[in-house]
Amino acid sequence: MEALGLFNYWAVVILMMLGFYTLIARGNLVKKLIGLNIFQTSVFIMYISMGKVTGGTAPILIDGEGSVVYSNPLPHVLILTAIVVGVATLAVGLSLVVRIKEAYGTIEEDVIQDADK
Amino acid sequence: MIEHLPVLLVAIPLIAAPIAALLNHGGIAWGLALASAFWALFAAIGLVSQVGEGQVLSYELGGWAAPYGIEYRIDAVNAFVALIVAAIGSVTTIYARRSVAREVEKERLPLFYAAWILSMTGLLGITVTGDVFNVFVFLEISSLSAYALIAMGQDRRALVSAYQYLIMGSVGATFIVIGIGMMYAMTGTLNMADLAERLPPVMDQRTIPVAFAFLAVGFSLKLALFPLHLWLPNAYAFAPSAVTALLASTATKVAVYMMLRFFFTVFGAAFAFDQMQVDLVFLPLALVAIFSMSLVAIFQMNVKRMLAYSSVAQIGYIILGVSMASVTGLTAAIVHLFNHALIKGALFMALGGVFYRIGSVHIEAMRGLGRKMPWTMASFVLAGLSLIGVPLTVGFISKWYLISGALELGWWPVAVLVLITSLLAVVYIWRVVEAAYFKTFAGDDEPVQEAPLGLLLSTWGLVLANFYFGIDATFTTGIAGQAARMLLGGGTP
Repeated sequence: MEALGLFNYWAVVILMMLGFYTLIARGNLVKKLIGLNIFQTSVFIMYISMGKVTGGTAPILIDGEGSVVYSNPLPHVLILTAIVVGVATLAVGLSLVVRIKEAYGTIEEDVIQDADK
Repeated sequence: MIEHLPVLLVAIPLIAAPIAALLNHGGIAWGLALASAFWALFAAIGLVSQVGEGQVLSYELGGWAAPYGIEYRIDAVNAFVALIVAAIGSVTTIYARRSVAREVEKERLPLFYAAWILSMTGLLGITVTGDVFNVFVFLEISSLSAYALIAMGQDRRALVSAYQYLIMGSVGATFIVIGIGMMYAMTGTLNMADLAERLPPVMDQRTIPVAFAFLAVGFSLKLALFPLHLWLPNAYAFAPSAVTALLASTATKVAVYMMLRFFFTVFGAAFAFDQMQVDLVFLPLALVAIFSMSLVAIFQMNVKRMLAYSSVAQIGYIILGVSMASVTGLTAAIVHLFNHALIKGALFMALGGVFYRIGSVHIEAMRGLGRKMPWTMASFVLAGLSLIGVPLTVGFISKWYLISGALELGWWPVAVLVLITSLLAVVYIWRVVEAAYFKTFAGDDEPVQEAPLGLLLSTWGLVLANFYFGIDATFTTGIAGQAARMLLGGGTP
C-alpha cells in the first residue's frame, strides 16, 4: 500500500528516466527536445505533488470557517515560473532546430556531424 | 537610492533589454547596453564599498520580510563576483560595437543587444539574490540569452553548438531545480540564510544528500567541470568574438559562485566536505581537467577553440582551490575567478581583433601577423604570459595562492602538477607566438591593418589590468581572503 501511496513520485521517476533516456539516446534533434521536455515535466509533477495536502483546498480565505485545510500554494506558483522557463527553452530550442535544418538540410545528429568533417 | 542599490543593479538592465528590442535600432540598442553595463559597474562598486568590513547587506524585495519574501543578500563574496561581471560586461560592451557590427547582420543588432543585456542581467541577478529559486530563474534568463547569442555566430556550426549547450545547460538547470525542490520539501523554505538554519536538523535524512548530489552535478554542468564540459569548446569557438569574451569571463565564474554559495553557505562546509566528501570527487576531476585539457589545447588548430580548452583547464584550477576547503585554497579559487576573467577576456578580445581583420582564427592564417597587427598580437602575448603565470601578472598571483594552499595541506604532487601544467600553457601560447612572429605572412596582396581603435583600447584596458592587479594585488586578494574566511566561517568574517 505504501508504494501505491507514492504513486505520484513513481510517475515522476519513470517520466524523468524516459525523458532523460530519449534526450541521450535519440539522434533526431526534435526528439531530443521532446525528451528534454518530458524530463522537465516530471520535475513539475514532483513540485506539484509536494505541495498537495490530503483534503486540502485552494488557499482562499473563507469567512466563518476557521479550520479549513489548505494545500501549500508556493510549490505550485514556483512551478508556474518553471513552466514558463520550460516553454521558453523549448521555443529557443525549436527555433535553433529550424535554423539547423535550413543550414544543413537535416536534423539528424550523425548526418550533421558528417557534414562538418 | 543607495539602499536600493542591490535591486537596481538588476532592475535597470532588466528594463533596458526590452526597450533595446522594441526600439529596433542597432546603435541605440548598443547605447542602452553600454549604459546598463556602466550602471551595473557603478552599482557593483557601491556594493563592494559597503560590504568592506565584513558587513552583510540585506534587501527585502517589495518590503516583504525574509524568509517569506525574496531577499537580496550581499556580502564580500557576491559583491566581488558582481564586480567581475559588471567590469567585464562594461569592457566587452565597448568592444562589442565594432566587432559585433562586423560579425552579426545589421537587422539583428537590436535583438542581439537585447539578449546581451539580458545575459548580463541574469548573471548579476544570480550574484545578488539570497533566494534559491530566484537563482534558478536568473540562471535561466542568462542561459537562454546566451544560447541565442552563441547561435548568432557566422559559422553554421554555431547553431549546432548552441543547440548542444541548450540541451546540456537545460539538463543542468533542471538538476538544480530538483535539488532545490528536495530541500524545500524537507525544510519548507527557499531563503538561503533560513535554509542554512533549518537544514542541519534534517541532514541525516536521505533526501538532503540526494539534493546535494543533484545540485553538485547541476553546477558542474553549468561551470563546465571535466567531464561535463563537452558543450563549452564548440560554443566558445563558434560564437561571435565579443560573445565569447563576455561568456568566457563571466558565465562559468558565476556558476562557480553559485556552487560556492550552496556548498558553503546553504549546506555548510562541514556537510559538504566532511559528510559528503565532495572533495574526493572534485579533486581528481580538477586534476584530470587541468592536465588533459591543457594537453588537448596544444593540438588545436583553431586558436579560439584552443583557448576554450584552456578555459576548461582553468576551471580545473578554480575547482582545485575549492576542493582544498582551506582559507588559502578558497582565496586562490576566488581570486582566480577575477584573474581568469581578466586573462581570458583579454585573450579572446585580441583574437576578436584578428578575426575582424583576417576573418579567421586558424593558426595557419595567423602567420606573420606580428608584423601586420603589432598591437593586437602584443596584447595577445602579454595576456598569454598572464595565463602562463609569469611574475608581475595576475596569473602569477593565482598560481602563488594555489601552490601555497597545496603546500599547506602537504599536497606536494598537486603543487608539482600545477607547475607542470603551467609549462603546457607555455607550449600552446608559444604555438601562436611562433606562427605570428616567426613565420611570414601567407595572405594575399590585400594589406592587413591593425584592428580598429575601439577594439584595441578595450583589449589593452584588460591587458593593463592584468598587470596592475598582478603588481598590486592587495585589493583582489584582500577581498578574496575576506570572502574565503566568510564562506568557511559560515557567515562571520
